Amino acid sequence: MTEQIFHDSDADRAFRAKRFSGRVAIYGILILWAIIALFPIYWTITTSFKMAPDVMKGNIVPYWDYTPKWLGWRSLGLSPDTIGNESTVRAEFLKRFWNSAIIAVSASVLAVALGSCAAYGLSRFNYKFGFMRNSDISFFFLSQLILPPVVLALPFLVLYKALGMLDTRIGLILLYALTVLPIVIWIMRDQFGSIPSELEEAALVDGLSIWGTFLTIILPIALPGMVAAFILSLVLTWNEYFFAALLTSSHAKTLPVMVASQTGSQGISWWSMAALSFAAILPLIIIGIALERFIIKGMAAGAVK
Amino acid sequence: MSIEGDLLHVVTADNISDQRKRFGKMIVWGSAALLFFVVALQAADQNGWISIGFETWRPTLYAYVLWAICLCAGQVIARGEHGKRTLFILPATLFVVSMVVFPLLFGLVIAFSDWNLASPDGRKFNGWDNVRQMWTDPFYWNAMRNMVWYTLAIIVEYAVAFGLALLLNAQIKGRKFFRVAFLLPLMLSPVAVSWMIGKSMLENRFGPIARILREIGVDKPSFFSSPEIARLMIMLMDAWTYIPFMMIMILAGLQAIPKELNEAAEVDGASGWTRFWEVTFPLMLPVSITAILIRIIFKLKLADIIINVTSGGPGGATDSVTSFIFREYRDRSNVGYGTMLAIFYLVVIVIAMTILIKAADRWMRPRY
Repeated sequence: MTEQIFHDSDADRAFRAKRFSGRVAIYGILILWAIIALFPIYWTITTSFKMAPDVMKGNIVPYWDYTPKWLGWRSLGLSPDTIGNESTVRAEFLKRFWNSAIIAVSASVLAVALGSCAAYGLSRFNYKFGFMRNSDISFFFLSQLILPPVVLALPFLVLYKALGMLDTRIGLILLYALTVLPIVIWIMRDQFGSIPSELEEAALVDGLSIWGTFLTIILPIALPGMVAAFILSLVLTWNEYFFAALLTSSHAKTLPVMVASQTGSQGISWWSMAALSFAAILPLIIIGIALERFIIKGMAAGAVK
Repeated sequence: MSIEGDLLHVVTADNISDQRKRFGKMIVWGSAALLFFVVALQAADQNGWISIGFETWRPTLYAYVLWAICLCAGQVIARGEHGKRTLFILPATLFVVSMVVFPLLFGLVIAFSDWNLASPDGRKFNGWDNVRQMWTDPFYWNAMRNMVWYTLAIIVEYAVAFGLALLLNAQIKGRKFFRVAFLLPLMLSPVAVSWMIGKSMLENRFGPIARILREIGVDKPSFFSSPEIARLMIMLMDAWTYIPFMMIMILAGLQAIPKELNEAAEVDGASGWTRFWEVTFPLMLPVSITAILIRIIFKLKLADIIINVTSGGPGGATDSVTSFIFREYRDRSNVGYGTMLAIFYLVVIVIAMTILIKAADRWMRPRY
């Protein structure tokens, strides 16, 4: 083997080594953080298949240091051998799940509908209600974000009691729509602001009414933003615990309240708690993986002007 | 966005007949009259002057909804094209006003009364008693102090989020995977998180983290018995959920910075560290401030994790204001006092946030 004639100079080689170590560091940190972010989820999934001795021994990797059992899922009535049978726990779980789904979806739809209209109006017309001008109205809507839920919780408790709306889905839907409305308006105002008004002018000249223009021309263009706002609202309302814990007792109880009420009593039967927690977060994990694009778009709106 | 003049100029020949105008006004005022009539009727029934036997205040609610619909319809009928424009923001405004302003005013009334929902006595006005009680309530002020600590933790969260955003913005493979993985904690409900991490992973005997600590040589690790460590754990769990939020906002900001700026700085011989501090970081200031302000707003609502993991303990060391009021209501169902605490908290928040926003504004756009 002959001597190599052309070498990289020492300086170049040092550069490559430095670059290589930089790469390693970057990927090292990224993987470390991915583990931090994902391990609790992994832990919950695996724990739901563990038995008591596995939990005590701290086994972590399935099939290698323990054999997965359907124990946790059986207690929920969702394991293969119990899925055909009657199960009160499963009925309860499905009821809460259904409540959560209905409340989250309706509240998000309501918030997106109200918020989109308001954001469109604010981005296109000048209003004057007394001393309130456009910027004041915008501020009025967005300032609701600061309002901590605890301020509204007790008055609503009393009001709903008087109105006979305690423990009803509609009561929670209205409140949740209120809590996410500022976020929807924030995102949608950004979205409509980026659509040129020439589009509407053309449509108006062609004889569409203002609402016709909004519904048939502008909304389809703004659809990605609406989806983003909707998904973000969905996440927030699905996870909401505080209002649900105060305002519901049996009929309209949502999934987070059910999970929370189990933590005390079944703190030690880890497998069933793990199964329940995992069932509660599964829809959002799926949404997060499938619709990540929209979530990021929604949160990035307004960050960059 | 322009302030003067509509972005959309709509010129329509609106010929609204007097009859139509009158009809529009009539349905608004007619439904308002109906609303007042129902309210008066129900109030009279409530006070026992007449007995109709209303079970709830539902009829008033229906009358109110009817009035709201008539108000919207009346706008279009009486004012034509202008009414249609108003219709864009009127529903949202009515919704927010009736859901926020009215309950807040009602809350003010409750705040100055002694009202235990569990006792049959009902509401009793008690003046400034609640304020006096609040002033001397050590647990409430302790919760307030905790909120300051929790809020200060945002600085660390911000640093971590910025670092992660920089890494995600670098030339890496599998960016989509890392982005999804980093985002997932944000999607999980705080209640599930408090079980998954707070109750199971941080369990003293069998939790994986306790196990690792024992391997390292920590004797009998416990996470929620000493006040400082318990508070730290709550901060960590909350940070774990919300770091992705700041990270994504900062990432969006980073991606909006033109590449040429960094390239130009590199050609001029700036090292990576200098490039960050002299180019990237100053450009990111507006985004950073927005992200931090929104994060503070979310942090001030912190409660779910605390309620479910420590319920304030040990000795109120981890209490946030919200969780404290929640327990105040749960344990003693004292609505009046709880509302007073909440409203005082709101006042403090509004003042603090106004100062913060003004300061941030001044700092970003200095006037010389």
